[in-house]
Amino acid sequence: MEEKRGAGQAGAFDQVVLPHLDAAYNLARWLVRNTHDAEDIVQEAYLRAFKFFGGYQGGDARAWVLKIVRNTSYTFLEKNRPADLSEEFDEKIHTDTAEQPGAEAALLQSADTRMVRDALNELPVNFREVLVLRELEGMAYKEIAEVMGKPIGTVMSGLARGRAQLRDRLLHMRPEAHSEVTGKMRGEVRTKVRNELPNELSTELSEKDEE
Amino acid sequence: MACQNNELLLPAYFDGELDLVRNIEFEEHLKTCPECAQELRDLQAMRSSVRAANLYERAPESLKSRIRAALPPQARPQPIAMPRRSFEWLAIAAAILIAVVLGAKVLPNIGGGEQDLIAEEIVASHIRSMQPGHLYDVESTDQHTVKPWFDGKLDFAPPVINLADQGFPLIGGRLDYVGHRNVAALVYQRQKHFINVFVWPEDSKPAKTPEVQTIQGYNLVFWSHNGMYFCAASDLNLAELRQFAQLLER
Repeated sequence: MEEKRGAGQAGAFDQVVLPHLDAAYNLARWLVRNTHDAEDIVQEAYLRAFKFFGGYQGGDARAWVLKIVRNTSYTFLEKNRPADLSEEFDEKIHTDTAEQPGAEAALLQSADTRMVRDALNELPVNFREVLVLRELEGMAYKEIAEVMGKPIGTVMSGLARGRAQLRDRLLHMRPEAHSEVTGKMRGEVRTKVRNELPNELSTELSEKDEE
Repeated sequence: MACQNNELLLPAYFDGELDLVRNIEFEEHLKTCPECAQELRDLQAMRSSVRAANLYERAPESLKSRIRAALPPQARPQPIAMPRRSFEWLAIAAAILIAVVLGAKVLPNIGGGEQDLIAEEIVASHIRSMQPGHLYDVESTDQHTVKPWFDGKLDFAPPVINLADQGFPLIGGRLDYVGHRNVAALVYQRQKHFINVFVWPEDSKPAKTPEVQTIQGYNLVFWSHNGMYFCAASDLNLAELRQFAQLLER
């Protein structure tokens, strides 16, 4: 009997939870910014999801899974990279640099793949998260609120600030603007290097950061 | 940034979060407010850069195997000896049963009509098609390969168009079973999202037909066109799924 129920539940788990593996991985990958850790986190989150699956009340399965992935990711960051959670973004407003109406839109439109990836990667984790859920995962405000366990108002203000910062960063990253980039650059380079290193090295680097 | 609509309404409009009435009101406002119009263009420009950058990170195949291996033994799927057809039946039946038993939101809908059952079936079918090896019976980006493939397999000829130029490439087709009949399922892709379009003759469509429905986080858009009934199902956001439906209708 016990066995049978286990198998039935596993079937349901297969149907309901496993289809969201890409969404789970995408979120973890963007939160911890490293493929190796993201895989470990998703695996752990899925084991937890399986354990708690009995308590799943139906409804939005993707949001339910992503909520677990998010919590697992934050626990990982708290333990291993607390600095990532307290990252502050330099909230200078550069909007007055736009020469004329429309110029900014053209610049934003022309941002290349690497610029966009870097810009998103450098945002503080709370803004990165809300943008990933909205722009990459295509979630509605209500679903994002469910994943984050926060009110919709917080989602909306996070999105607004995240977008402002992303925009700022994309405009700031224009090749000719690079010379203005200040000391913050060092942190960026470190993150970039870390993200491009093989996993073992990058873990080692994170450990060094902690010392 | 003097316009106060900038703060709340504009982002909500941009994200497709306004109800119909407010949506229309805001579109009226946009015609007379150059600031909001400009801000909207900036947001759209940024979104199109983000989309073009293809930032979605898909899970590696190895991770899936790792997770399956790490689950408790009874949780691992048993090899199925039955022929595939009957297994599909079981899977659909199981998915519907699960949806009915688990879905608190679904409960009030029982007896709420054929349409809800069909929507449930479509979501179950969509989810199942996302599992490895279930997405298509014929894999092709060529509408002239996909369309003849259905010949003799269905009692109707589904319209097949490729929307690759509009960012929704056709990637294949398969036979499916919805609402007690064989239907055509066309598979399209939008970046990393898959869209299943279920097509069957209008004369056997359900009586009550909403335009959109969201079940378990999946969006469904329904429409009729040229004697055929369509349902597009995807985890893609509703705004884009609607845009896709409009492109297909042309």
